[in-house]
Amino acid sequence: MYAQMIKSEATQDDPEKLAAFQARIDAGEKIEPKDWMPEGYRKTLIRQIGQHAHSEIVGQLPEGNWITRAPTLERKAILLAKVQDEAGHGLYLYCAAETLGVSRDEITEMLLDGRMKYSSIFNYPTLNWADIGAVGWLVDGAAIMNQVPLQRTSFGPYSRAMIRICKEESFHQRQGYDAIRKMAEGTPEQKKMAQDALNRLWYPSLMMFGPSDKDSVHSAQSMAWKIKMNTNDELRQKFVDQTVPQAEYLGLTIPDPDLKWNEERGHYDYTDPDWSEFFDVIKGNGPCNVDRLAARNKAWDDGAWVRDGLLAHAKKKAARQHAAE
Amino acid sequence: MKNEWPLWEIFIRGQHGMSHRHVGSLHAPDAEMAIKNARDVYTRRNEGVSIWVVEANHIAASSPSDKGPLYEPSESKVYRHPTFFDIPEEVGAM
Ligand SMILES: [Fe+2]
Ligand SMILES: [Fe+2]
Repeated sequence: MYAQMIKSEATQDDPEKLAAFQARIDAGEKIEPKDWMPEGYRKTLIRQIGQHAHSEIVGQLPEGNWITRAPTLERKAILLAKVQDEAGHGLYLYCAAETLGVSRDEITEMLLDGRMKYSSIFNYPTLNWADIGAVGWLVDGAAIMNQVPLQRTSFGPYSRAMIRICKEESFHQRQGYDAIRKMAEGTPEQKKMAQDALNRLWYPSLMMFGPSDKDSVHSAQSMAWKIKMNTNDELRQKFVDQTVPQAEYLGLTIPDPDLKWNEERGHYDYTDPDWSEFFDVIKGNGPCNVDRLAARNKAWDDGAWVRDGLLAHAKKKAARQHAAE
Repeated sequence: MKNEWPLWEIFIRGQHGMSHRHVGSLHAPDAEMAIKNARDVYTRRNEGVSIWVVEANHIAASSPSDKGPLYEPSESKVYRHPTFFDIPEEVGAM
């Protein structure tokens, strides 16, 4: 998902306190920043919320790439609003992470030097306008699958950030579906572009949910703590079941010859993505990893004089005011 | 990188007649920029008609461990609620 393969930190706390903490979570209580919490809970959450925030921020790059080249003024305004929302999502989440005792600069630094990750999906390129439609439809669609249950997560600030985000997210998916529908219903060339976008983005979208449950070793503790609400395969299945009819409506074909409805299970059977590709992208070898990190580093470095200048101005103004009093 | 902008807590009045409610926080160099940023971050869909910003380190908060001493005393004072009193029906609305 936006947070993939989050390793749960082991916890070495007083067993009595741990049991009381778990009881609060089991009772559906929210944990707030000043409440006692196990060190492992705090560290795992910083990593998960941080990775989620970084994904929102880096996720602006593939879409921002098309703002100036949107086909109409209306599409441009819509895409701009969507990308601006993603910046907001990143900010809500950074603030939630900061309540756990990490500073904004620390967490930014960890993204910039590669110690923290963002979702694998944003290491794939957006080659043309059809990709922008497909991203909204599939990538935001997959994100929603994960974010909706996270509204009930045990950590208060994270839960509240998720509630805000979910309110904005369905606009994202709808505008994407609307854009790709226009192309699927357009000229044969446009329809071909829509199909091509689906072909390229289908498996990377399935990868967003993280490795298969049988290879995903860190889930149990996170699920007990309610910072992970469903298993990777559960969410992936839900996404496939929801997306297949949407593709059918568009007259597009999911690039999976083995995809078929399984009457007995009441779900679609589908082919897993190539996990070796996923691990390779996570390691830094996807088509855009280098570009994405370079763009974030450049933005941070280029913005330094603005951050420093505004702070210096604010301090000067405050000092002047103080002297006048 | 030790030149971080301070953190501000943001309060928004959602509609006329309502009180301001905490919606989240953000970083800004000063109050004026905090209000501008709050407008972009927290009111993109008409969520507000008024914004308050307070630098986070100026907020004093009660501690979670004080829950008992602070709130338990009121639990026994049921007579503070109107439903504690039986009023004869003949008296009419009260
Ligand atoms: Fe988002
Ligand atoms: Fe989104």
